[in-house]
Amino acid sequence: MKTLMLGNEAIARGAWEAGVRVATAYPGTPSTEVTEYIAQYKEIDAEWSVNEKVALEVAIGASVAGARAVCTMKHVGLNVAMDPLLSISYPGVNAGLVVVVADDPGQHSSQNEQDTRYFGMAGKLPVLEPSDSRECRDFMIRAFEISEEFDTPVIVRTTTRVAHAYGLLEPGGRMDVPLREYDSRFGKYMVAPAFSRRRRVVAEERLGKLREFAETTDLNIYENGSSDTCIITGSIAYQYCREVMPNAGFCKLGLSYPLPERKLKDFCGQHKKVFVVEELEPIFEQHLKALGVPVIGKAKVPVIGELSTEIVRKGLTDTAPEPVSTPFENLPVRPPVLCPGCHHRGPFYVMKKLKLKVAGDIGCYTLTASPPLSIMDTAICMGAGIGMAFGMQKARGKDFAGKSIAVIGDSTFWHSGMTGLVDIVYNRGITTVVILDNSITAMTGHQENPSSGRTLNGESAPALSFADFAKSIGIKHVREVDAFNLKELETVMREELAREEPSVIITKRTCILHPCAVRHFPLKVNPDLCKSCMKCLSIGCPAISFDGDKVKIDQVLCVGCELCAGICPFHAIEKQPRPGGGPA
Amino acid sequence: MKDTTNILIAAVGGQGALLASKILGAFATARGDDVKMSEIHGMAQRGGSVVTHVRFGEKVFSPTIEQGSADVLLAFEMLEAARHAAMLKPGGTVIVNTQTIAPLPVLTNEMPYPADIIGNLKKMNLRVWHTDALDLARRAGHVKTVNTVLIGMYARMTGDPAESWLKVLAENLPPKLYKVNQAAFTAGYNLSPPWTEQE
Repeated sequence: MKTLMLGNEAIARGAWEAGVRVATAYPGTPSTEVTEYIAQYKEIDAEWSVNEKVALEVAIGASVAGARAVCTMKHVGLNVAMDPLLSISYPGVNAGLVVVVADDPGQHSSQNEQDTRYFGMAGKLPVLEPSDSRECRDFMIRAFEISEEFDTPVIVRTTTRVAHAYGLLEPGGRMDVPLREYDSRFGKYMVAPAFSRRRRVVAEERLGKLREFAETTDLNIYENGSSDTCIITGSIAYQYCREVMPNAGFCKLGLSYPLPERKLKDFCGQHKKVFVVEELEPIFEQHLKALGVPVIGKAKVPVIGELSTEIVRKGLTDTAPEPVSTPFENLPVRPPVLCPGCHHRGPFYVMKKLKLKVAGDIGCYTLTASPPLSIMDTAICMGAGIGMAFGMQKARGKDFAGKSIAVIGDSTFWHSGMTGLVDIVYNRGITTVVILDNSITAMTGHQENPSSGRTLNGESAPALSFADFAKSIGIKHVREVDAFNLKELETVMREELAREEPSVIITKRTCILHPCAVRHFPLKVNPDLCKSCMKCLSIGCPAISFDGDKVKIDQVLCVGCELCAGICPFHAIEKQPRPGGGPA
Repeated sequence: MKDTTNILIAAVGGQGALLASKILGAFATARGDDVKMSEIHGMAQRGGSVVTHVRFGEKVFSPTIEQGSADVLLAFEMLEAARHAAMLKPGGTVIVNTQTIAPLPVLTNEMPYPADIIGNLKKMNLRVWHTDALDLARRAGHVKTVNTVLIGMYARMTGDPAESWLKVLAENLPPKLYKVNQAAFTAGYNLSPPWTEQE
């Protein structure tokens, strides 16, 4: 029966049907659900790894030991995993090894728009690009076949509109793929130069074979159409083009690296006009131009942002559907905000009060860079804040270190913040580091991490302690504070910033969206006491608004965290008696 | 070829837009249509504007709706209705929950919440059906069922029997949530579109 599946669910289904035994990942939008769906298949040993590098290393180990393995990450996660990825290119695989990478054109939830196809080229690795959910499943199975046939890791690249789009497919059964023998071929997985120089030659020969494979594979589809125009495209761009120019000829590249050069030249030669429509970088376009094929690409479709049917229609046909005229202009924007009752609001409120320079990191708390908190100065990549705060101290001295702070979330700390902390201790830094511990990887939708006390499968696991870790590497000043106790937060921050030694402050509260979080009855503003000083608005809680006269608290949104009540100078924010009695 | 139906859902993160699109998609799948849908997860969901696209028909290529070609806009909040009304084709339908959720510039008193959104929507070349779905959801048993109230209104508009929708709801919801959603759906389904009353 045809089933409607999210692209990420279809990737998981494909992995399961392909007989995958081991799956690893670090969560990251838009890739996260792949591994959540995989975890539902009991035949697959799936884990949230501590970061993408470790995830890929675990998957490589599984492949060498004979199990088909899949490793999933978002595009910037691939940067973290590049060392093992490029290093395993020459050795190749034993059982199939597929790396699923989800790109985020348009930066819906990412710091950049890097194009993973380049990374396949850098690693001499084949790249498969599904364009809908059915292909997500199909291409996963094909990727494992290619991986084993050509002795190579394979990248399956999706984008947001493939990963987070639904489409229909007919689910199949699980293939019987037995565990292969442990691969003990002499030196195959040893990258010491003497071994690796030989594998270097093998990898180049492999690329040649893959080029020949590209010429004949049915992963690439050629449709002649009824017009003298053809479009070279792939991934989601194919779907937009099919809507815009249903009569054009199409070359849809399911295998986007390496390219079928002879076939492409021949196909383009049959058409008067050749468009190349690809999201992000002009990779197909430049390749075709280098082959001497005159094509029109980025001159008509932008290099920045995601494509869409309207962008492709405008670029290729210079037309647009008749719009309905709208009287709405200059509407207020609605950016994402920290939730009412969010753990992060207290610590950042205090940092703002103390006028600190804040080297931040990647997570929900990155939102504190925006008004009204406007407190975070930097967020570069996972784990960067700790090293950067130390670098700022090196540049500007100890006085500056007393007025600046590094802030990082729990999962991000284990991912790549802990090495920065070791660096500070080793190199005798005095940085103060705040770890925001809300017990879960929140931004990506509540994934377990090493301090959650649970694995991906919900099994109980050791909950790693930030305090024990910090003490074990020689940090003497480790403080744990309730994230909503503003008074104590301020005292502790002042004390630790004044110290000429490194220190770690752990702020604790469960993420308010987590089922275990405690929600209270909403608070109310006492209009007789409120002086409309607007101090409560400075914490950026979406439940608090000002209607031009008095401050109001939204009774649907408020979770009664009382942070606002704690900063109101007039004690105007009050608990309400719960209807029917009982504690508020 | 049967035309593709395009439904855009515009909401504020946390209002249940993803579940609503899942129900619409499941209904079209059960009917035998080709279906594609698109949504955005992650950072955008933290109280920001959320848009999901639902498309069904004989054969659907793109999972997203082209600007100016949506048949129906299901707006879970008034400002989001205004923000996305231009996605509709001329003569398209907007179903609006009259709830207002102040965005950041309004919360901080930098900008007013736009006045008379319903009146302005009515000036456009659209069919406008508005209701206080939050109130209906609350009466149905939970404020989080605004999404199901609006699905009920959409179902009423298309004329499909309530039973076939309730079957899809039952298949896509945890059993303990079915009853309250059934009540919310029925509350929406029992309303009448203003244009049928006039006609």
